Amino acid sequence: MSFITELGQYMAENSSDLLALTIEHLLMVVYGIGLALLVGVPLGIIAAKYEKVAPFILSLTNILQLVPSLAMLAILMIYFGLGFETMVIGLFFYSLLPIVRNTYVGIREVDNSIIEAGVGVGMTSLQLLRKVQFPLSIPFLMAGLRVASVIAVAVACIGPYIGAGGLGKEIISGISLQSEVKIYAGAIPAALLAITADLILGRVEKKTKQRTV
Amino acid sequence: MIELKKINKVYDDGFQALKDIDLTFEEGKINVLIGPSGCGKTTTMKLLNRLTEHTDGQILIDGKDIKEINPIELRRRMGYVIQSIGLFPHMTIYDNVATVPKLLKWEKQKIKQRVEELLNMVSLPPETYMKRYPSELSGGQQQRIGVIRALAAEPSTILMDEPFSALDPISREQLQDELVRLQKEIKKTIVFVTHDMDEAIKIADQIILMKDGHVVQKGSPQELLSNPANDFVKEFIGEERLGNNQSLPPLNKLIVKDYPSIPSTLSVEEAVNKMVSNHVAGLPVVDAEGAYLGVISLYKALDHKKASLVDLVDNTVMTVQETTDSNELLSKISGEKSIIPLLSEENKLIGVVDNKKLLEALHQIYKSKSGVA
Repeated sequence: MSFITELGQYMAENSSDLLALTIEHLLMVVYGIGLALLVGVPLGIIAAKYEKVAPFILSLTNILQLVPSLAMLAILMIYFGLGFETMVIGLFFYSLLPIVRNTYVGIREVDNSIIEAGVGVGMTSLQLLRKVQFPLSIPFLMAGLRVASVIAVAVACIGPYIGAGGLGKEIISGISLQSEVKIYAGAIPAALLAITADLILGRVEKKTKQRTV
Repeated sequence: MIELKKINKVYDDGFQALKDIDLTFEEGKINVLIGPSGCGKTTTMKLLNRLTEHTDGQILIDGKDIKEINPIELRRRMGYVIQSIGLFPHMTIYDNVATVPKLLKWEKQKIKQRVEELLNMVSLPPETYMKRYPSELSGGQQQRIGVIRALAAEPSTILMDEPFSALDPISREQLQDELVRLQKEIKKTIVFVTHDMDEAIKIADQIILMKDGHVVQKGSPQELLSNPANDFVKEFIGEERLGNNQSLPPLNKLIVKDYPSIPSTLSVEEAVNKMVSNHVAGLPVVDAEGAYLGVISLYKALDHKKASLVDLVDNTVMTVQETTDSNELLSKISGEKSIIPLLSEENKLIGVVDNKKLLEALHQIYKSKSGVA
């Protein structure tokens, strides 16, 4: 019981620092995923439209995902140095697979009869993509985004190892100081962040699904 | 009008789907392509909007080779209705129907008007349905939307690929009836693919029966039923339907060929004599070349004995052409009091319809249908 009050006291005393770390953490995730969307959605579309390059794109993103996170960040650090940007790039790589894969699957899953109707009424390939295939793949994309954001919140916790901030800072300093309170003070907000992201995006996903099935 | 000339279609794997197809889809008619699966009926239809390309031969739409028309443009000019309906689930009914007008960049006001008009045409009130999504409609309603989506940009041709076969029997019947009714208003050239003979007979102006990439027989439903070209056609149509359609013998079996006639140069007096001696009440009048002029009736002749024959001829009497279908005659004949001359295409008198023979033929059919005989 005393531990919980101690933790509460610590968090209340350091609330402004913790908030700043949380925001930093969130920003890394948002930037990383934003970049991944910017790059991943077009890649997914290309993979879906051109069957020949699909295995290449998909296995590349797969490999990125397979590299252990600490190793990936270490390698990135060699090229991009220490800091916030390197972490964003790392998160970008980690979010790529779920986004590319889900965009790809979403577009491929559009019912053939709907595609036939679109072609039959005289849509160009681009119009078909813009008006039919992409809108119908959004629920899949949202599911990918959800997975990506949960992973990104977790991976971002090792940010301090490469000189980025975020809630990881609190956790890691807690480890080196052997302070349970500090570890929890970092871990709990990080976990809450992941759960919130999952809940919100889950709801969005459900909403986009309503019309498209 | 759409003409297919010597069309062949060979797939990459060497399978020849269509062999030397020569076809004309008539303007403003419902042309039904029918046949067992794999006969090439859908392939034939998909050639028309270039969803499939033919290997050789020529397809002309209003005289223009479709290879010279951009496929995207071509498709926007043709309505397309598919079996699985294929409405866009993320768009409202309004947006679905407006798809092609939007692609063609019509003005908003014009699109709205058109969509409302079309929804009214299929008895779906626009206020209620415009904002709904396809999943909120029944199958029959969805396909109605499918049909009016195809009509939206006023194409002259509509392609329909088994549009009603996925619907329940009641909706199917309703939509068939509606299509026939709609067609009377819109008069489009419809190419309709089906495997259901009842459907074909019900809606078609022209049926094209295919098998293994060939056209086996084409003609009106009546022609196919009364005169199936071979055993395959008979089998495909089915004994039951053929039996039901037991029809009258051809017209030239139902006439008196040596019915007396009178040249217009003779006098009324002579006409009266001829009628009396033949026990008839009317005579067809012909000119020197045998061309039909009209009918002279006994009563009229007796009233005006002094007049000339040409003046008394009644040319308003109903006549039938040699090529007329016997069954068609039946629908016209009721209440006709005069004799009915049968004319060749050159307007020459061939004979006169024999009421007695017609009656006998009718009795025969009635008996066989009700199982008396």
